[in-house]
Parts: sequence; structure tokens; C-alpha cells
Amino acid sequence: MVRRLLWALPPVVLLVLFFLYPLLLVVQQSLQPDTGDTSLQPYADVFASGAFREALWTTVWLAPAATAGCLVLGFFLALVIAFVPFRGARAVAKFIDVFLSFPSFLITLALLFIYGTVGMANGMWTDVTGAAEGPFQFLTTPWGVLLAEITYFTPFVMRPLLAAFSHLDTAQLEAASSLGARAPRIVRQVILPEALPALAADGSLVLVLCLNEFGIVLFTGAKGVTTLPMLVYGKAILESDYPGACVVAVVNVVISVGLYGLYRVVSRRAGA
Amino acid sequence: MLVHSRGTKWAVWALFLVLFLPLFALPLLVVLGASFATHWSSILPSGPTTAHYSAATRGEALQALTTSLVTALAASLIALTVGTWAALAAAALPKRVRRLLDALFVLPVAVPSVVVGLAILVAFSQPPILLNGTRWIVIAAHTVLVTAFAYQSVSAAIVRLDPAYEQAAASLGARPGYVLWRVKLPLLLPSLTAAAGLCFALSMGELSATMMLYPPDWTPLPVLIYAATDRGSLFAGSALAVVLMTATLLVLLAVSRIRTKASYR
Repeated sequence: MVRRLLWALPPVVLLVLFFLYPLLLVVQQSLQPDTGDTSLQPYADVFASGAFREALWTTVWLAPAATAGCLVLGFFLALVIAFVPFRGARAVAKFIDVFLSFPSFLITLALLFIYGTVGMANGMWTDVTGAAEGPFQFLTTPWGVLLAEITYFTPFVMRPLLAAFSHLDTAQLEAASSLGARAPRIVRQVILPEALPALAADGSLVLVLCLNEFGIVLFTGAKGVTTLPMLVYGKAILESDYPGACVVAVVNVVISVGLYGLYRVVSRRAGA
Repeated sequence: MLVHSRGTKWAVWALFLVLFLPLFALPLLVVLGASFATHWSSILPSGPTTAHYSAATRGEALQALTTSLVTALAASLIALTVGTWAALAAAALPKRVRRLLDALFVLPVAVPSVVVGLAILVAFSQPPILLNGTRWIVIAAHTVLVTAFAYQSVSAAIVRLDPAYEQAAASLGARPGYVLWRVKLPLLLPSLTAAAGLCFALSMGELSATMMLYPPDWTPLPVLIYAATDRGSLFAGSALAVVLMTATLLVLLAVSRIRTKASYR
């Protein structure tokens, strides 16, 4: 037993040195700036600022909204690929795999070309109607971030769902259908219960990834959309306000880790 | 099999295409198209050029590509070693200790990458270990971020491993080290290469932690793409992005070839 624990020691030491100790330093910096005593003053300052409250609110509504969108969209798309297969469905599944290996900011970059102020959609609109500017101005608002997050994270839901669907015995579907159940009912009573553990696990992962997403928000370049990770970056790198950045970082970690832990406990209880 | 009537089938497929094409296929096509263009303000890009690519494959951009490749390679190799070691060690421990190790090693997924970057910046800008301003701080941050994924996929594979093999080897008198090297690791090889590919892809595209701590002489490609788009050079940025995607896919392809070779054994 002691020998086995000793074997586990080297990787744990590395993790502590490169991850836990740095995190502890962030917490320490947030309570005790280089000059001065331990106080909650930095927290009071940050909580009082409008920028922080706005970033907190944006983060907290954007992430669940994007997660919900990903779950609905991912469930539907995976359902079609698995159970209403068409020629090329396999290629689509492969494409999803490839999509997962690309960084998130590519989506925002593409959206800039599609919906940007001089992009495709607005260009077409002005060409057709002769108007001075197009109707698509949502890219620099939270809705643009929402669209990008749903696009990027839906494949994260689809892949495990497709794996779960491939374990599902199609005889169950045939039986249900021969007993007269229609498609919506089969989905609700046969497929959905089977997919629920995968949906719960993916939902929690995507929620955390959305809470922590930085590249998408950075690339929109919008001053109007600030999330907590963006605020950490802004405070630390742009303003060189390290104590402030550490405070926001601590809040962000508490929210993300708290939600992630909660979901892991809940999904374990649910039998996932 | 779910939908039987022909009409409904077509309706479902139509809805699938309407959702799938603009959301997932269009973005990649648009980035690809833009990388060959100089102007895009109607349905198709205009001003075809390959100038962005000749710029994207020399000088600063080429250096950024090598930086990204070296960083991703180093980070994924270290992460794979540490993650596999931890997963193997955890599997031999009692359930409660294993749960603790699981939680510990998965934690970096839940912590925002920006915060990981900030934490490493704060910790290694002061003694005893000074890494700030060197390439090692970037590699350290990437390694921390991807180790969690390596640990997760390797420990999932260990659970699926049939214990009969190692028991048979041990009963024939093989020492633990020999069993690990000749039985367990070869059986785990497909998962190890898959984990390596995942870590590599994640590290190639890493932007959040990198933005917090990259030194000027170690600029990975995603940072350069951001710099290009931030100053309005969207088309040059697209070419860089295509280079990044191609490099990632080529390495993933090479890694997946190792996997198929291993599965034939």
C-alpha cells in the first residue's frame, strides 16, 4: 500500500508544483497585494465596480443559454445521423471529429466574414436592397458570442451521443414502432432515457467550457461583451492590475469548479 | 428506421442540412475561401491571391508555426507521460484515494484556462523558480492544461483493460515492471496515441493561457492569428488559420497511423 502510494507521488508533486501552488498564490494575491496587509478590500473594490457585475451577469446567463442550445441542437443532429441515416452520414460524423480538433476562435473569425459589418450577409443585403447598411449587427453583442459558442460546442455533445446511440439496440426501436409508437414517442420513451446519462455528462462539460471560454470573446473584439475570463485578461495584461485580476480569477474559479463539482455529483446520483 | 414515411424523412433531412451546413460547414469554408481572397463583401470572395500564403509560410509566421509545433509536441509528450503515470498509479490504489486523484487531475479542466495562465505567471515570476520571459512558461502552462485530458482518457482505457492478461503474465512469473512494459502499455497503446493526438490538437489551438504569459520571442501561431485579426488583417489571419488547421490535421493523421499499426499486432 505504501509502495503504491509512493508510486503515485511523482505526478502528484508535479501537479501541486505547477497547478495547485500557483492557484494558491492567486488566492493569496487576491487577499494580500504585494504592499499591505491581508484584507478583503480588493474584493470590495471589485464587487463594487460596474464592469465586474456586468461581466459576471454576462458570463452567468451566456453559458447556460449556450449549453441549452448545444444540447438541443446536438441531440437533434445526432438523432438524425444515428436513426434517420442518409448517404454521407458517416462522412458527417468524421467531419464532427475533425471539427473538434480546431480552436474555438476560428468560428468567430468565420462569423466576422459572414455577419460582419462588411461581410457576406450584409453585403448581399445592401446589394439586393440598395440600403446603406445591412441588418446583421449582432456580432459584437452577446448574441454573436452565443451563436459562436453554440456552433463550437455542439460537436462536443454530438460525439458522445453518437457513441451512446451506437450501443442502443435497434430492435427496441423496431419493437416500439411495430407496436404502433410514432417517432416522437419513440424518441421520448426509448431513445431519450438511454441518452440521458450522456446528455448530463456532456451538458456539465459544455457548461464549464462555456463559462471558461476566452478565444471566442476575444476575437469578437467587442467592448460590449465582457465575460469573467475576458475581465481577468483585461485587468492583468491590459491594466497591469494583478490584485484585481486575481480577485476576478478567484470568483471565476469558484463558479466554474462549483458548478462542475455539483454536476458531477448530480450525474453520479442519476446513475451516469 | 425511426421515420418510415418518405415525406417525413426528406423533411427531417432538409432540416438537418439547413442547420448543419450554415453552422458547421460554412465557417470552415469561409475561412478557407477568405485565405485566398483580398476582399469579401458579397456572396463570393473577390480578388484571388496566394500572397497571404507566401506571407504565412515565411519569416515571423513560419517561426510562430515552429513555436506552436515544438510547444505542442513538448506539452503533449510530458502530459502523456505524467498523465499515464498518474492514471496507472491511481488504478492500483483503493477506491477512495483513486477518487481523490481523479478529482485532482481533472480539476484543470474546470478551472478557466485564463486563470491557469494567470496563476502560472504569478507563480513563476518570483523565486524559487523563475520562468517568466522564457519559452518554458508557455510549455508549462500548455502541459498543465492538457494533462487533465491525457489522464482522463488513459484512466478510462485502464478501466476497460481485461485484467486476465496481466494476471496470466504475473502467474507465469513476470515481474511488475515487465508486465507493465510488455503487457499493459502495448494494450494501452491505441488509447495512448489517441490521447496524444487530443493533447497535441488542444495545445496547437491554445490561446487563453498563452495570451497571459507568452514572451515576445516565443509567439505561438494562435497569438499571431489574433494579432493579425486585431489589426484588421482578417484575410492574412485566415491564411494563418488554415496553416494552423493543416499542420494540426497532418500531425493527427500521422498519429492515427501509429494507432492502426498497433492494432494489427
